[in-house]
Amino acid sequence: MIRFTHVGLTYHRAGAAGGDAVALDDIDFDIPDGGFRWLTGPSGAGKTSLLKLMYLAARPSSGRIDLLDTDTLRLDRRGTALLRRRIGVVYQDFRLLRHLSAYDNVALPLRLARRKEVQVRADVTELLRWVGLAGRLDHRPEELSGGEQQRVAIARAVIARPSLLLADEPTGNLDDDQAERLMHLIRSLNRMGTTIIVATHNMGLVARHPAPVLELVDGRLVRHG
Amino acid sequence: MAKPHASRADRIGLRAAMADRLLPFMVAAMSFLAALALAGSIAAGALASHWLSGAQGLMTVEVPTPSQPVTANGPLRQDAVLTLLQATKGLSDAHLLSGAELATLLKPWLGAAAADGTLPIALPAVIVVKADARAPDAAVLGPKLASVAPGTIVDSGARWADRLAALTTSLRASAAAVLVIVALVAASVVAVAVRAGLSQRREAIEIIHGLGALDSDIANQFALRAMRLAATGGLLGGVVALPVLAWLALLSSSFVASAPAERLDLVTALPPLLWGAPVMFTLATALIGWLAAQITVRGWLKRLA
Repeated sequence: MIRFTHVGLTYHRAGAAGGDAVALDDIDFDIPDGGFRWLTGPSGAGKTSLLKLMYLAARPSSGRIDLLDTDTLRLDRRGTALLRRRIGVVYQDFRLLRHLSAYDNVALPLRLARRKEVQVRADVTELLRWVGLAGRLDHRPEELSGGEQQRVAIARAVIARPSLLLADEPTGNLDDDQAERLMHLIRSLNRMGTTIIVATHNMGLVARHPAPVLELVDGRLVRHG
Repeated sequence: MAKPHASRADRIGLRAAMADRLLPFMVAAMSFLAALALAGSIAAGALASHWLSGAQGLMTVEVPTPSQPVTANGPLRQDAVLTLLQATKGLSDAHLLSGAELATLLKPWLGAAAADGTLPIALPAVIVVKADARAPDAAVLGPKLASVAPGTIVDSGARWADRLAALTTSLRASAAAVLVIVALVAASVVAVAVRAGLSQRREAIEIIHGLGALDSDIANQFALRAMRLAATGGLLGGVVALPVLAWLALLSSSFVASAPAERLDLVTALPPLLWGAPVMFTLATALIGWLAAQITVRGWLKRLA
């Protein structure tokens, strides 16, 4: 269960002429375990801020957030880190480690979870093969195209079979065929019980894969359902 | 597939991020200074102990007009004092210095006149006696001897012993302060290197942090690297210090050895503790590197959400 209760997020801008910036205001919604939601809205509406709160990169200025049945405001640093391991994130800018190969980037979540290297090898190799990067395992991000980097980022987000998957414009650098393969993967994870939230501008994609929508405008939730 | 596990031990690229050339040499220099301070402390202790054993173990008794009898038909004053000393518990080997021995002692100050007996003054008799822990204090013994030979003076060397002990304590305290300062400087050097590494790898650390890395996961990576680099410096400094310390020990051996037969060579001059300097400094700098990196990284990570 994901529950936002009157959540607000304000960025404090010291010395800025306009004062503090309200990114999110009184956000209130529930998503049951295994749910799927599109997150839509114009640029600057607060989609990325909402995702940041969900992957624990920011703390709300007001309200309460329960993620995977955990009150995030009560978590200490260790608890926060352990909860992050249950959340997979596909960032808009990929956020791959430049000095690591595609294989090692995807292996990171499993190694942080102290999985055995034999298991890491099997899972990473299989997933990278599945996303069409079987021949690119030892390539560093700079040696990969934008689409390939995005697939590595997606593989890293799902390799540990997270309970919650957050994706920020995951199809932005993919062609239609790759985008459909990705949606197939996301839907498969969702059927296996992973709660999924996908932020997108691509309304065609939303139309092809109907699901409830969270729509933000100017930091306020204007539609849920 | 090309080495998919190659980066596992260096997950966040610290080998490239932390200066691995400068840090060991800086730590080596610190270790070298620490070795010198330690050697100074040990040498001061040995020297003081040697001198103290001499100063504390002897009493010197001066008897004025020694050839006068104590009473009309009694023994000479010097004989009466000698007898009293031999009978005192804790005193042994009382030795009345001969005229020749006295002349040898006085010659540096009084010249040839001391040797040919032409001095215009009467010299006191000088008795040297060994004293152990049971011996009475000079302040007690002096009046007792003066009762048979008025004017007799007892010098126990305790005053010198006290001064030597104070000197040794201050030298050792100075050496300890130097060791502490050197350790703090070494820790600061490690902290600066770690901070540089953190700045260089900030993005990578933020990503790994976002993937659920514990503070300890990240701090341990830095601490392991810092520990290895610091330990390398410690070993280097300890090894380089050994011949210098041996040479200094050889120079100072003449102050400690009481007879020529006890003179030492380059190998035997070094106290056994200092032979362990390379191992000791390797372990100490490894610990300093580990702790400094852990504290620095954990403090830095607290700024992340």
